[in-house]
Parts: sequence; structure tokens; C-alpha cells
Amino acid sequence: MAQASSHETEHESTTTGLNHRKMLMWAFLGSDCMFFGSLIATYLVYKGSSLSGPLPIDVFDIPTTSVSTFVLLMSSMSMVLSYAALRRGRMKAFRIWLLSTIILGATFLAFQVFEFRTFANHEVHIDCGHVVMEELTDLEKIVAEKCGQGVEEIEETIGLTPRTNLFGTTFFTLTGFHGAHVSLGVLWLLSLLFLSFRKGGITPAKHLDVDLAALYWHFVDIVWIIIFTVVYLFGVFEGF
Amino acid sequence: MSQEVKSADNHGGHPTPSTYVKVALALTSITAVEVGIFYLEWLSYSIIPILVILSGAKFAIVVMFYMHLKFDSRLFTGMFFAGFIIASGVIITLMALFKAF
Amino acid sequence: MTTKVFSIPRPIHPTGLWGWITTIDHKRIGLLYGVTAFILFIIGGIEALLMRVQLTRSELDIISPEVYNQLFTMHGTTMIFLVIMPMGAAFFNYVIPLQIGARDVAFPRLNAFSYWTFLAGALMLNLSWFLGGAPNAGWFGYAPLTGETVNPATGIDFWIISLQILGVASLAAAFNFIVTIINMRAPGMSLMRMPLFTWMTLVTAILLVLAFPVITVALIELFFDRSYGTNFFVVAKGANPILWQHLFWVFGHPEVYILILPAMGIVSEILPTFSKKPLFGYPAVVLAGVIIAFMGWMVWSHHMFTVGLGPIPNTVFAITTMAIAVPTGIKIFNWLGTIWQGSIDLRTPMLFALGFISLFTMGGVSGVMHAIAPSDAQQQDTYFVVAHFHYVLFSGALMALMGGIYYWFPKFTGRMYNETLGKTHFWMMFVAQNITFFPMHFTGMDGMPRRIYTYASGMGWDFWNEVSTAGAFLLAISFVIFIFNIVKSWRNGDQASGDPWDARTLEWSISSPPPEFNFVEIPTVRERDDWWDRKRQHSEEIVPAGEIPVDEEHSIHLPQPSYWPIVVSIGLLTLGYGAIYSIPVGVMGAVIGTIGVYAWSFEPVNEPY
Repeated sequence: MAQASSHETEHESTTTGLNHRKMLMWAFLGSDCMFFGSLIATYLVYKGSSLSGPLPIDVFDIPTTSVSTFVLLMSSMSMVLSYAALRRGRMKAFRIWLLSTIILGATFLAFQVFEFRTFANHEVHIDCGHVVMEELTDLEKIVAEKCGQGVEEIEETIGLTPRTNLFGTTFFTLTGFHGAHVSLGVLWLLSLLFLSFRKGGITPAKHLDVDLAALYWHFVDIVWIIIFTVVYLFGVFEGF
Repeated sequence: MSQEVKSADNHGGHPTPSTYVKVALALTSITAVEVGIFYLEWLSYSIIPILVILSGAKFAIVVMFYMHLKFDSRLFTGMFFAGFIIASGVIITLMALFKAF
Repeated sequence: MTTKVFSIPRPIHPTGLWGWITTIDHKRIGLLYGVTAFILFIIGGIEALLMRVQLTRSELDIISPEVYNQLFTMHGTTMIFLVIMPMGAAFFNYVIPLQIGARDVAFPRLNAFSYWTFLAGALMLNLSWFLGGAPNAGWFGYAPLTGETVNPATGIDFWIISLQILGVASLAAAFNFIVTIINMRAPGMSLMRMPLFTWMTLVTAILLVLAFPVITVALIELFFDRSYGTNFFVVAKGANPILWQHLFWVFGHPEVYILILPAMGIVSEILPTFSKKPLFGYPAVVLAGVIIAFMGWMVWSHHMFTVGLGPIPNTVFAITTMAIAVPTGIKIFNWLGTIWQGSIDLRTPMLFALGFISLFTMGGVSGVMHAIAPSDAQQQDTYFVVAHFHYVLFSGALMALMGGIYYWFPKFTGRMYNETLGKTHFWMMFVAQNITFFPMHFTGMDGMPRRIYTYASGMGWDFWNEVSTAGAFLLAISFVIFIFNIVKSWRNGDQASGDPWDARTLEWSISSPPPEFNFVEIPTVRERDDWWDRKRQHSEEIVPAGEIPVDEEHSIHLPQPSYWPIVVSIGLLTLGYGAIYSIPVGVMGAVIGTIGVYAWSFEPVNEPY
């Protein structure tokens, strides 16, 4: 087994024995809770108040979002494994797990872009011959009203953008800022990866540099855990 | 300065990679359960507290194990949860002020 | 040999202007904050005087309504964000490391960045005067008045972007001071042995990092509505503009405690020193500060009593607002207990501290009157409120900050100010502020609304408005005396010793001004008010300040100056400007900022030299 690595918190010569930068990161994360908290509060306050669709039930695709959620969760696992490998001096494993985190993070972002574009181009299809009014959403009903003499099928693009309604505004702003946080994280991790190829760029002694990025990365993941439940899963409820 | 590694998992020691993988499995399972019960329409509004608890559990294990908060100084826990609690308070109060709860 | 980042060598011992631009020394940064804030105080004061001139008599036409709206918006925004907060920051910067026995703050470059970013925000806001008009919707910018339909001019955009930039500066500074105070105290200085000013700074910093993100989000939402057509406050899409008020005041109420707690901290330093007694009930004063900060989160809707929230919210917030007077009262009684039977020295700093207690209490009383929701229904949006907040912020916070300037002037400059001029300034200011602001209680009760550029002649408000205007000009004259005193004394006042007041805390144990490295040897603290204790019980241990053997400094390593903080600030300013006018400019700003951040990251804190 590899040499005994000091997984215990090293004692710094500070008043608390804790590292300045680590303390800064935790204070920052506490502050960032308030940032996302305000965005989530705005989302929830306006939930159910949109005057027109599309609404969450019209556009959300829970299976796909579950996959992207899973991807982001796994990126947290790869991140922590990357850090653990670094602490044990296993540089190759460190880089591989770090690269995996980056790829998974980028995949999550790709899913987000795909989702945003799909929402913006949301199409409503009504087959007039087989319409069952009780099973339609309010938006679909509006489109279905156009079924009349000789009309067999209707296809309309009613996209969801930040300008469309309150749902679009609050949804894209909240998930957009989350995505921006992820993007910054990906850039940070990429920088660390490049740095690790420089001589002495990243070493087990400099593990804090990776630890700080990891904390940020996990935070972005837990914000998504909240968003997935509160925005997507609760999307099936109109208001509260 | 550096102390002896204490064996395996908890007890003021340190999680091993196998712990991390177990946490990942838990995260996956809980997510699967969340999505699974999502389709049980008979649950109706009672799904809300259930989902809150489930995602709360995911939140907690990522924070405690991946972010190492369980094993680190309580000061960090305080710093983080100060923000989290006030943010939650603001969310709940604003919802109460805007909707009828 | 220093690290070269992008082939730019790091500055070593730069002098002159470059010395100031690349400084990371907390003392210099403190002075930069103080001088800049004072210049902005003059600008904000001129804005006030212009308003007072226009309001002197009914139906005057000296200032148009459009300009008047810009004046009160800029006056409020300036005084809060560009004067009181940065003056507090000036003291945090200069004094805190000295009070805790440290050589600098935890993140010196971040500290410099905070200052330059503050300057960027101040420039951005005041640029608006020249670029299409200043913001005109009040310092609280209620939607939908700030929406682009009714307010398409760029003034509001300048307001939004400046506040975001200032927010970055404040957040960076707050994080820095949290880590500094928790993690860089001298050996033996437990939390309950810290000076009260240090405690209040810690509490203020915690409030800052929790409150500012909320206004950041509110401003983002408003900016998106204005620039990108989102619907956060668009009533036609079902939005509720009251959301703006809530988000703003969830930030705004903790913000007023951010303004007052440092001032209270300063008073808690001055009173013991000039009474030759320790602070009465130190633990209670600390706890009261913490409780005020905590309860400050629960009162925000008292700014919204007349909005129609309903009887239950109004009742809840009325109760919490009245309750917060209790810890405030605890502080006041402990201050009185400090003075009681003390050996009182009525020099200028003490006069300001005593003035603070009396006048802030008056402001607090009108505050409790506002807390009673039905009573507030009459007072809201009248000059009664204007009277209230000027008593707590001008006669309160600013008085305490002035007291701090006089108190620490010898420490910062190595010179004594002129005591006669100081007392003259005080008395003139004390009398003048009452002449200016007290009558506003009357006009307010008599129905005079806020934010009006003139009023009809039959209202009966002329007389007290004339009185207020006279008082305002008297105030201005008192500040001319102050400026004269400061400038003259800084140039050739009497030399000040390390401890001209026979004071109690560690900053007085070193020379005036302190050497660059602050302490030859980091002291070990045994007591609260350790310096006082050492003077009285262990005087044999004291090496007189100024007799430090010079060789010592070669073994002390200080963080080195850096170019990158100001570079990132310039990037931020450019990004802000670009967000209003031009995407390419914004991108350029982001690029400059990013380069700066990377260069900063790769530059080690200390170079071997």
C-alpha cells in the first residue's frame, strides 16, 4: 500500500490551525448559497403565475434531465477520486480522474445547451383525429382549438425563451447561472490539468490547489441536486 | 504535523476511495428512486416532502463526504450552514408572503 | 530573482505613484479608502446642498425636477455606498491588523483589489452625470419605475452596473476580513479578548457576505429586464414588482446594520480610552452586536408597511422591528456604564463619541415610531423618515467615523491635529446637524412628502425648510474647518507619540505611523485591553515605540506589491461599461480581467529577496 499519506488536516500556523484559502472557500460557498437562494426564491415565487405557456409540463423531459443529473453526480465522484489519488501521490490516476471530471462536466453543459435549444423550439403536435381533451395541457388545448373542418394535424412552434413568460424568465436565469458556475468550474479544472503537466505544477504537497477547486465543483453539484428536485420534479405542480 | 493515517472509514479518520464509490452508488440509487416515484401519480402532493427528504439526503452525503465537512473543522460547517439556513429562511418567507401556504 | 508572469517582472520596492498603484500594504490601502471616501463625501454633500437650495422656499425653480431626481438618487447612493461603507473600510484596513497583532491581512492582493474595484464603481456611477444623465429612481430603485419602458435612459444601467462592481469590492473585502480576524490573531488573543472594533468588523463582514448576493440577484434581474427583455418585473406578463422591494430590502436592512455596527465599534473604542475605564459589560456589547446582526434579517418588510402586505405580515415585522431596539439599547446602556464614574477627557474624539450616543438615540426613537405599522402609515414617504435616517446615519454613523478619524489621526499620520479646530468643528457640526435635520420631523409630520423638487406655497412648510437649508450650509462650513485642520496638521502638526491618548489596544503599542511591518515581534496577549494591562502591570517589558533596532526588519518577510489587482479591477470596469454600451468592449474587459486573474494566481505571495 502506498506510503502513509497525511489525510488528517495539516496544522497551519494560523490561529485556528486551518488554512486561510480553505476558510475563504467555505465562506464563499456560504455566500453563494445566498446567491442561488435568491434565484430559487424568485423562481418559486413566480411558479404558477405565468399568464401563458409553455409551462414546465409542456417542456420538461425528466428522463433526459435525469441522465444529465446522473452525469453531474458522477463528476463529483470522479473529482473526489482525483483528489484522493493526488493525496496518495498517484499522479497518473489523478490526471485521469481529473480529465473524467472535466469530460463529465462538459457533457452536463452539452445537455443543458441541448435542453435550452429544445425548449426554445418547442413544438406542439395535435392529431385532430385522435384528440382527447382531458389529456392535453393548457397550451396544447389552445393549439387544438385550431382543429376544425378539414384540419387533420397541427404543428406549431411555441418556444420557451427568457422572454416568453415568467417561467421562461426565471427558469433560464436560474439554470443559466448554474451553468455559468459549471463552466467556470470546467475552466478551473482544465487549468489545473494543464498545470499538472508542468514540472512541479501540481504535487501532493500542493494538494490544496485541487481541494479548493473540488469544493467549488461539489457545491455546484449540490445546487443542481436542489434545482433538479425543486424545478424539474416539482414542475408537475402548477403552483403550490 | 502529519499524523498517522487511521484505518479505513470514519471514526475521525478519513474516507477511502471505496467509501466514495459507495456514496456515488447511493447518489445514483436515490436519484433513481426520485425519478421512479415521480411517475406514481397517486402520490400527488405528498410526493413533495418525500422528494425533499430524498434530495436532502443526496445533498447531505455530498457535503459530508465529498466535501469532507463531516471530518473537518466545525467552523467550516458553521460558515456554510449560516448561508444555507438564511437562504432557506428567505425562500420560505418569500413564498409565504407571495402565496398562501 | 522574481517570478515573471507574461515576462513582466514583479515590482520590488516601487516608489512614488507606482508605489501606490501596486501597494498591498493594508495601511496604504486604508489611507486610499479614506481619502477617496472623503472626496466622494464632498461630492455627495454638494448634491445635498443643491437639493437644499431648491427646497429652501416653496415653488422655487432653481433645479428642474429631472435633475432633482438625479440629485437625491446620487446623494443617497453616494453617501451609503461610496462614503459610509468605504470610510468603514478605511478603518478596517488600517486598524484591524494592528489591533489583532498581525502584519497584514490574510489576502493582501485581494485587499488592494477591493480598493481599486471600489474606485472603479465610484467612477462608473459618477460617469453617468456626463454620459446621458445620472440614475433618477432613488437609491433603492423600485421596479417598475426602473424598467426600460418608463426609464429608457442609461442612468439606471449605470446605477445597476456600479452597484454590482461595488458589490464585488465589498464582498472581496468582507471575505478577507473574516479570514483575517478568525485566523491571524496574535497568540493569546481569544475572541473575547479582541477589541470591540474588531468584533464589530467581523460581524459586519459576515453580514456583508450574506446580504450582498441578494442585491446582486435583484440587480441582475432588473438588468436582464432592461437589456434582454425578461419578465421579472413586467406586470403585463404576470410579474409582481413587489418582488423587487422584497429582494432589495432583504439586502437593504442588513445593509443599514453594516453601516452602523462599525461606527458602534469605533464608539466602543473611544469611550473606554477617554474615560480611563474598560468597556462596561464587554460580553454584553459583543452579544448585542451579534444579536442585532442576526435579528436584522427578520425585519426587512418594515420598509414596506404601506405596500399592502396584509395585517399578519405587518404585525410580525412590526414586532420584530420593535424587538431589535432591545440589543441596541443594551449597547447604549453599556456605553453609559463605561463613562459612569470614569475620568472623562473631553477632547475631540470623545466629543464625537458622546455626540453619537445622544443623536443616534434620537434617531433610534424615531425608528421605533416607524416600527408601529399604523403610525408608519402616516410617516412613510414623508420627511419624518428623512429625519430618522439622517439622525442614525449622519448624526450616528458619520459622527462616529469622524470621531474615529480624530482618534486614529495621530496613529495614521504621526502628527497631532489641532485640538481647538477639532472642537470647533465638533460643536459647529453638532449644532448644525440638529438645525438641518430636526425640523424635518415637523415637516414630515405635517405631511411633506419625500423626493419632491418643490412644494406649494400654502402648505406651511416654508419656514422649517429655510431653517434646514441654513443648517446645511453651516454643516458645510464646519467641514471646511475639518479639512483645513486635517491638511494643516498632516503637513506640520506636532509630532505624535505611539500612544498619545494613553489608550488600551495594541495599535497604540507601536510607533506613529507604524513601521511597514507593524510589530517588531508579534505580541503575546494575556488580557483584554492587553496594552493597557502591560503599561500598568508590566511596564518593564515595554520597549518604547520608535526605539526599535533597525536590523530586525531584515528578518521579517512581507508580501510583495503586485500589478495584478488593479489590472483585474480595470477589467471589471471595462466589462461593466461594455455591458451597457458595447459587447466587444465587454469582452475585452472580461479578457483583461481573466488575464489578470491567471497572472495573479501564478504569482506567489512572497518572493525571496
